[in-house]
Amino acid sequence: MSGVRRDKGGLIDRSKPIRFTFDGRACQGFEADTVASALLAAGVRIFARSFKYHRPRGVWGAWSDDPNAVVDIALDGISFPNCQATTTTLTEGMAVRSINAWPSAQRDVKGVLDLAHRFLPAGFYYKMFMWPDWHLFEPMIRKMAGLGTLGQEVSDGFQSAVLHEHCEVLVIGAGPAGLTAAREAAQTGKSVLLVDDQAELGGSAYRIAGQAGWQAPDWVAEQLAAIRSHGGRILNRTTAIGVYDHQMLSLVTERGLGTAPVLRKVRADQVILATGAIDRPVTFENNDRPGILSLEAGTEYLNRYGVRPGSRIAILSNRPDATPYATQLSEAGALVTVVDAASAGLKALGRASVRGLIAGKDRFDCDTVLASAGLTPLIHLWRHAGGKLAWDEGRQTFVPSEGPDWMRVIGGASGTFALDAALDEATAAAIKAPVPARAPYAIAPLRPDLSSKGRQWIDFQHDVTVKDVALAHRENMVSVEHLKRYTTLGMAGDQGKTSNIAGLSAMAELKGQSIPDVGTTTFRPPFVPVPLEAYRSTRRDRQMQPLKRLALEPEHRALDAAFGEYGGWLRPAWYGTDTEQVAVRRECQTAREAAAIMDGSALGTIEVVGPDARAFVNFVYYNTMSTLKPGKIRYGFMLAESGLVFDDGVMACVDDTRFIISCSSSHADAVMAHLENWRQDSFDPSRVHIHDTTANWSTVTIAGPKAQTILKALGVLEDMADFPHMSLRFGTFAGEEARVARVSFTGDTSYEVSVRNTVVARLWRKALEVGAQHGGGPVGAEALTVLRAEKGYILVGKDTDGETMPHDLGFAAPRARKSAAFVGDRSLHTAKANEETRKQLVGLSVPDGAPKLPIGAHVVAEEGGTRRSLGYVTTSHDSPTLNRPIALALVEAGQQAMGNPVKIWHLGQSHTATIAPACAFDPEGVRIDA
Amino acid sequence: MTRHFSTFSVIREGLKGHTGWAPLWRSPAPKDAYDIIIVGGGGHGLATAYYLAKNHGLKNIAVIEKGWLGGGNTGRNTTVIRSNYFYPESTALYDLSVRLYEGLSKDINYNVMFSQRGMMVLAHSDAEMEMAARTVNAMQLGGADAELLDARAVQKKAPVLNFRDDARYPIHGAIFQGRGGTGRHDAVAWGYARAADRLGVDIIQNCEVSGFLIEGGVCKGVETSQGLIKAGRVGVATAGHSSDLAAMGGYKLPLHSYALQAFVTEAIKPFMDTVAFSPMTGSYFSQSDKGGLVIGGGLDRIPSYGQRGNVPVQETVLSGIIDMAPALAKVKLLRHWAGIVDVSPDSSPLIGPSGTDGIFINCGWGTGGFKAIPAGGYLFAHLLATGTHHDISRPFDPDRFQTGHLIDEASGSGIAH
Amino acid sequence: MQQFPCPFCGLRDEREFHFAGEAGKPRPDTTQPISDADWAKYLFYCANAKGASHEVWVHTTCQEYFVMTRDTVTMAVLGTHALHEVPA
Repeated sequence: MSGVRRDKGGLIDRSKPIRFTFDGRACQGFEADTVASALLAAGVRIFARSFKYHRPRGVWGAWSDDPNAVVDIALDGISFPNCQATTTTLTEGMAVRSINAWPSAQRDVKGVLDLAHRFLPAGFYYKMFMWPDWHLFEPMIRKMAGLGTLGQEVSDGFQSAVLHEHCEVLVIGAGPAGLTAAREAAQTGKSVLLVDDQAELGGSAYRIAGQAGWQAPDWVAEQLAAIRSHGGRILNRTTAIGVYDHQMLSLVTERGLGTAPVLRKVRADQVILATGAIDRPVTFENNDRPGILSLEAGTEYLNRYGVRPGSRIAILSNRPDATPYATQLSEAGALVTVVDAASAGLKALGRASVRGLIAGKDRFDCDTVLASAGLTPLIHLWRHAGGKLAWDEGRQTFVPSEGPDWMRVIGGASGTFALDAALDEATAAAIKAPVPARAPYAIAPLRPDLSSKGRQWIDFQHDVTVKDVALAHRENMVSVEHLKRYTTLGMAGDQGKTSNIAGLSAMAELKGQSIPDVGTTTFRPPFVPVPLEAYRSTRRDRQMQPLKRLALEPEHRALDAAFGEYGGWLRPAWYGTDTEQVAVRRECQTAREAAAIMDGSALGTIEVVGPDARAFVNFVYYNTMSTLKPGKIRYGFMLAESGLVFDDGVMACVDDTRFIISCSSSHADAVMAHLENWRQDSFDPSRVHIHDTTANWSTVTIAGPKAQTILKALGVLEDMADFPHMSLRFGTFAGEEARVARVSFTGDTSYEVSVRNTVVARLWRKALEVGAQHGGGPVGAEALTVLRAEKGYILVGKDTDGETMPHDLGFAAPRARKSAAFVGDRSLHTAKANEETRKQLVGLSVPDGAPKLPIGAHVVAEEGGTRRSLGYVTTSHDSPTLNRPIALALVEAGQQAMGNPVKIWHLGQSHTATIAPACAFDPEGVRIDA
Repeated sequence: MTRHFSTFSVIREGLKGHTGWAPLWRSPAPKDAYDIIIVGGGGHGLATAYYLAKNHGLKNIAVIEKGWLGGGNTGRNTTVIRSNYFYPESTALYDLSVRLYEGLSKDINYNVMFSQRGMMVLAHSDAEMEMAARTVNAMQLGGADAELLDARAVQKKAPVLNFRDDARYPIHGAIFQGRGGTGRHDAVAWGYARAADRLGVDIIQNCEVSGFLIEGGVCKGVETSQGLIKAGRVGVATAGHSSDLAAMGGYKLPLHSYALQAFVTEAIKPFMDTVAFSPMTGSYFSQSDKGGLVIGGGLDRIPSYGQRGNVPVQETVLSGIIDMAPALAKVKLLRHWAGIVDVSPDSSPLIGPSGTDGIFINCGWGTGGFKAIPAGGYLFAHLLATGTHHDISRPFDPDRFQTGHLIDEASGSGIAH
Repeated sequence: MQQFPCPFCGLRDEREFHFAGEAGKPRPDTTQPISDADWAKYLFYCANAKGASHEVWVHTTCQEYFVMTRDTVTMAVLGTHALHEVPA
């Protein structure tokens, strides 16, 4: 015999049946059932199998403390592993599978493992499988391990949300104490948020026994109404999972299986914990048999779900308040016997299900045992918040002691198990009155019988027994953390909620110490297992790292641009419907023969203004910038204080108090932070200001032999005379200011025309229209990277690495001669910075007809049969301009090895190349001034 | 008493109810003086003691630990073991570690379960594939094993990863190191402790250092919660708490302490053997032999000695995992925690003299100390026993911060530690 | 989730802030000779205090750098002031 659904009682709705299956068998429950209550009512005793010995596992608890009834559930084609049957609301169509069992929990072939238990003690794997080799055994062990099965299907609809909340008083737990505290606090006019993890609020209210005139549903309804009428907010199915720094709590609101929960981050001025208490298991021989439930769970199933857990029930407890529970169960039609848990020689009878109880010479026939070795307060959140615990000898458990002044613990969670006292405590907490003294409560201490030959379970899911604790003790694994880690006690799905005190109690007995002297392990969040999705909120897909978009994006799309992500920007990679190779070759030719029209807007643009601007830029640049004349532009490096190249780019001087810095597109934010740092650290911040204008301007770049002609036709500048390379002019376009910088990243004559975003589309179209008349056309980022590589122009981060200093790139003069201080200066003179074997930027050429070198290939020295890396290829392309492959590389002392042949190594293959100047095209630079 | 571990001894003890097992280590009271005292009973400290006794024949050694053995980062990390580094100095160091790990279980007669199921560093773009090639070549040239996998090969090893067309970070391939994998972190501490104890090392738990005995500028011992203990030399291996010891010992270190978080999920039947790391999100995971997913990611952003994690980084790490393997969204997190790691300017370790005579340091392992335990212990023992560096530890001397010989893997290889 | 008081904007979410380094490390005058050791001390070495720590942080949304004193064990904020302000 096992569970029986009564025809009355409980909070379920008997008019709404719900169909589901368990291990393929059709079952039925009712609305407001959990999977566990429905299965219990359906007569199921074995829900799953334990982790190690595959012992049959029935349900122990009725809520989140249950370690046993873990199941896989499929719903609407998506499967969810390791669901707690006790907390999962029953839903129509669920296919429930027992875990760690095949073919079913009832008949699991691996159940035979239990026969070998004596050879599988705690930590057996540390002592075995070393010879001949662990890897021979591991696959088999892996196969045996694990609980639920992960379906690898992805549910796009399984999306969490995050909400931020604030209240003056947060009450966690809506049992009698929590309801009272919330009501009292709301009545004082405070903003109150009451949360509870169950769908139906009331907590232990429904199973309170022996309280004359107590009508739970009515009383709960009255409290809820009072709270609401005073403006209090109430959230059901909401579990507080953790307390974090600066008084923030994370709450998770369940929305049913298949729907991701909502994460709430709550800050409250005052937190009242009314999280209740749970029964401790009694440690005795075969105490893991299905049909042995906690006393609170047994009465919870009866009162909340209308399920009587058995017909012949033995209550095995040391609790002074056990008798009224017996009365409840008798009134529900069970034959009840009360057995003292302190009896010697306790043993459970039966295998697949408990059939009786032996207590010394007495034998009790029963189909169900409701056990309790006393109540343990749920103080996880108190510990998260840094609250301390004290051992209470009368209660035989830890209770809250000193802690943060903004948190109070009331009711069962504080060890106040009697209803009246709990309500008094709740009222006091709500109005911040002094806590009434904890009422005396004494239960007989229970210690495991170490002389018992049988196995006494401590961690039901992980199969940790008293013998395992004894082994840990024998091997000097006596620290509680060692005990936990060595035996895996407390590391199961319930994270020790049921096993913690029993384990400590066993170790205390073995050491001949008191439990508080043994100590406790740390309580870690989350309080209950939470899907990873709950932590995701908006960090999904594109929102993980939003792309920066160009004002000209619609124009590029109209030209069939292929887009790519470059330094966080979505930029046109090439135009048209040709393959990349064909398009890039065509665009390179356009650029070299006529003109490239490019979107240069992604480059960072930062303005430096103020009376000290000139001194400032001279300080943040490696190159001397103090001499830059108005209207002129200079190329330079910014260094980190470590002397490493941080960024490169051009800077224009507008006048003595205004400079415009152009930096790598991926680097604008970092450069901005770097500049602000130095501005505020080393300058008078009222005399120099920095402003990132990247998003305010768009730039159309025109580069190539026909660039000057095209720019002239655009009419931006009235006078194009005396506009040499590396200078800046202002003009107008469409009535708006336009800034024209003559700078080049292709090696040809080149102009960057910057205008406001509002007019840039007109500028772009006009540039294309005029450009087309001269053979020019749009050119994307891929062709640009080839064009710049032909000239040996670097991309910081690609052609530099974590050791590159400016003199490695051929820019040695400021290091030798700049007299003013600049960021990174002193670091350019360390022993390492002076070494002759530094990696330097060079070009590499390949033998005639050889393919281009792979990027990432290493230049190697072959010495005595071994290869040593001298550097690596950083850039490599087929140059359409030169009709041969080109490459850039960082090579040890490369500048001194010009013309030398070198060996190249790539993924096991050898190649040859010759060290060449980085600049492969127009080394004299005649085209730039053409 | 049964001292030797083997399948045979477990069976024999099984028949006797496991009553004959010897303690894994003694719990001795500290002596008045030792030749060498190691401060810190984590993996590095215990391994150092073991190799001092085994390789250098020193017997009069103590390891003192303020709490319980392996209670710091050794028992808090995500158990990854690998040597996929870029610079030859790093490869030499970490590959020594992998090689020592490969023989460790037999060496110390304790199964540390080093499972060489492989480690993948994903590449999410053509540019990352180029960087991956650079690293694979560097590893091969440095003597470590490495392969460059294409997307198809990655999918074969780990079908759970995100191969959808709309992935934010599409998988182009990976750096694969087959000899990489995971080990059982606690077992490393316990195994070394047991082996060191067998060689006569005194392992003293619940013994917190409160100061150093300095005479004439030279360290002569340590003040502890169990009294003054004299020492010829002191080796400090206290990870995130190194700066705190430095303040007591009168030397300074170039370290910042941060919380590094780790996460474990419920146990699931095995579906993936290798470790997978995404440099784009900084998140990685592996599946333990027990079945739980062991998840890690980047450092917290706030310097901290509080051994608990911070919410924003939890969210970043876990969303990174879901992006990498969307089917894991429904897997439930069981527990998260943090360790305090000591991060050096180049994210490489510091092994060498402290600046105060008689005190030597082994610290700065940042997020990657576990994988280096055997090598860290081996090299630190060499330094403490001989007073001079082993060739492999020489580049990691703190003098590199003056000479500029930094070993900055983060910028060299794109792989965070 | 921590909250830091920016001296200019008030109490804000920690994600808006960035740790910039320990306070009280003025940049040496690099136009004068500096030993390798002194430069390394400035560039790399730090107190990394357990307990009260004086640090420079930047509030990335307003871009102001400021000094914050925090307890690195409890995470309590003990005070903040503008970069060049001397606290009362």
